[in-house]
Amino acid sequence: MNMFEYAPAPESRSVVSLQSSYGLFIDGEFVDPRDGGTMKTISPATEETLAEVAVATEADVDIAVAAARRAYDTVWGPMPGRDRAKYLFRIARLIQERSRELAVLETLDNGKPIRESRDVDVPLAAAHFFYYAGWADKLAHAGFGADPRPLGVVGQVIPWNFPLLMLAWKIAPALATGNTVVLKPAETTPLTALLFADICRQADLPAGVVNIVTGAGETGAALVRHPEIDKIAFTGSTAVGRNIAQAIAGTRKRLTLELGGKAANIVFDDAPIDQAVEGIVNGIFFNQGHVCCAGSRLLVQESIADELLDALKRRVSQLRVGDPLDKNTDVGAINSAEQLARISELSSAGEAEGATRWSPACELPSQGFWFAPTIFTGVSQAHRIAREEVFGPVLSVLTFRTPAEAIEKANNTQYGLSAGIWTEKGSRILAVADKLRAGVVWANTFNKFDPTSPFGGYKESGYGREGGRHGLEAYCA
Amino acid sequence: MPEQVHTESSLRRFLHGLPGVDTVGAAQRTAMLGTRSIKTTAKAYAIDLAIRMTDLTTLEGADTPGKVRALCQKALHPGAGAPRVAAVCVYPSMVATAHEVLRGSGVELASVATAFPSGQAPLAVRLADTAAAVADGATEIDMVINRGAFLAGRYLEVFEEIQAVKKTCGPAHLKVIMETGELATLDNVRRASWLCMLAGADFIKTSTGKVTPAATLPVTLVMLEAVRDFAAAHGRTIGVKPAGGIRTTKDAMKYLVLVNETAGPDWLDPARFRFGASTLLNDLLMQRTKLSTGHYGGPDYFSLD
Repeated sequence: MNMFEYAPAPESRSVVSLQSSYGLFIDGEFVDPRDGGTMKTISPATEETLAEVAVATEADVDIAVAAARRAYDTVWGPMPGRDRAKYLFRIARLIQERSRELAVLETLDNGKPIRESRDVDVPLAAAHFFYYAGWADKLAHAGFGADPRPLGVVGQVIPWNFPLLMLAWKIAPALATGNTVVLKPAETTPLTALLFADICRQADLPAGVVNIVTGAGETGAALVRHPEIDKIAFTGSTAVGRNIAQAIAGTRKRLTLELGGKAANIVFDDAPIDQAVEGIVNGIFFNQGHVCCAGSRLLVQESIADELLDALKRRVSQLRVGDPLDKNTDVGAINSAEQLARISELSSAGEAEGATRWSPACELPSQGFWFAPTIFTGVSQAHRIAREEVFGPVLSVLTFRTPAEAIEKANNTQYGLSAGIWTEKGSRILAVADKLRAGVVWANTFNKFDPTSPFGGYKESGYGREGGRHGLEAYCA
Repeated sequence: MPEQVHTESSLRRFLHGLPGVDTVGAAQRTAMLGTRSIKTTAKAYAIDLAIRMTDLTTLEGADTPGKVRALCQKALHPGAGAPRVAAVCVYPSMVATAHEVLRGSGVELASVATAFPSGQAPLAVRLADTAAAVADGATEIDMVINRGAFLAGRYLEVFEEIQAVKKTCGPAHLKVIMETGELATLDNVRRASWLCMLAGADFIKTSTGKVTPAATLPVTLVMLEAVRDFAAAHGRTIGVKPAGGIRTTKDAMKYLVLVNETAGPDWLDPARFRFGASTLLNDLLMQRTKLSTGHYGGPDYFSLD
């Protein structure tokens, strides 16, 4: 028995003051929705109701878009870049100042471990605002012509896996380039976006520059269909992305899509094994595997497969699954009952198709939505768990014999968002990365993000790039 | 003799065939483990464990019998209710003095030897140094490896020297100091760890404390991985001792978390993990008092030795 059991170390909830209900953030004010519809947002770790949130209908979206248009025409569009930068810097600093509040709220609403919201989500969100604030007065030097113009009013729809970070990825470049936005956060994770609305007020951002309309799929559809929107930016599933692309076909609207993935994490026999194990764990169990670029397919060279799998299982057995607010938790709760059902269904299919399922002995809480870290071995390219995005803590392990086979298998997917290469041989990194059809290729690391680095997909993982200088292009005419 | 070490070339092939270490990845792993939050009962357990793991050390040119006797008394009487430390660590010339105080107490008596800290003396001198310390009553010997030979690639020479010292130690436990600050790369740390373990070390130790950097978390991580893998391959458990630069309870907690989540709870034992430190003990005692009484005593409540 381990005498050194870490005692519970919960982060305090008292830093967050939740309201019982939230309205829509339109034209600088929180307002009630026209028809008074609301939905509940819950904590996936406990299923307790956190707050009631307004559901925006077509009428509300219409008001929000009109407010954004007004702000674009009268204030934000004409404002010099150097002045827009001041607001963005101010927002970035406020995110830092209120980082604990944001981290706790994100963990409550999303179910991710506080260690990740505190050390990854919130610092990266602030970094994105700082980065794009710096671009706001230098757009003439970004390589898009002497005087790149904003597009106008941008509709943005973001997912539930990194609620605040995806908001930052969307809003920061849009505002830096002079656009105004109407953003719809995900149905299950609206709270940090609403806290961000408060930050916008605190920063004295002119009314209507940022509007936040909460709701479910219908609200998003209303935003996508709205005739006064100039561009749609969407991050989410490939299925919804396809619907959006069809909905706006034939209109003047621009579109960027950041969709699903089924990334290959390729481990060669000369890899730094201990660090590769860490990278595999970080690749698939970071954020409960709710990551579009997750390394969900482990391709390991057959000659080291047994040794690597033993080390991987030993490591996965140490993952601490449980209360997301505990500072020592590694894996938190699955975001929703719906997502849990999908993960369970695909895992059952993996077993039924003949792959070997393994999970460490770990006690899961009785309340909330939980799924133990899971590894499937004996997986082949034909299995559903090797082809479909699980979006959960489920790793499929395949083997390969030669670099050519590894590349072939890695590319044999309809997706192409990310990939990982593990080898101590520099020339192999370059040669393999060159042949991988993936937007991001990590070498001897995984799931590393930086605002200066563009991010986006090949094939059905979407089009357009976010982050870096490339991320400006999506918002410039 | 293990099969890897029949010849210079087979030993080299074996050591260079060990998996590489990615420095950035190792640093990230230790940084992440450094965020573990050790509170209340876990902290109380860890503080007492760290005290029991401490090799209370004085290795100064200015050491005198009086100073060494005082340190030994501190080892025997660390403070109200606190457990005793694992060992006292001194230079060979001070072993006899320390032995008089520690004899029969259960606190081990460790001596550095083999021309510590540089090891730059003929082998015969280094062995005589060791033999003298053991004869005076040392129960543990902290030797230094021949870094010159290691960096020149003469692995078999290093190996045979460790074996010779081990033989000279007789019943005394052998800790082998790799002086990782001079080996520079984590790949070298992994190779040196395996070399020392194959040659018969009971413990592998990071540093003399005379070279900067001394113990670091990434270096200790690689050494803990090595003892874990060595135990799986050879069935023999080797201890790990970071030494130098570990001064605060917070530092010690980070090391214990590293042990717990790398080699595993089996290594959370003074027989398998030690801290080489001089000032750490007082901070542990201070935090121990804080935990039980709720407030800090001033520094004057803790003896300076």
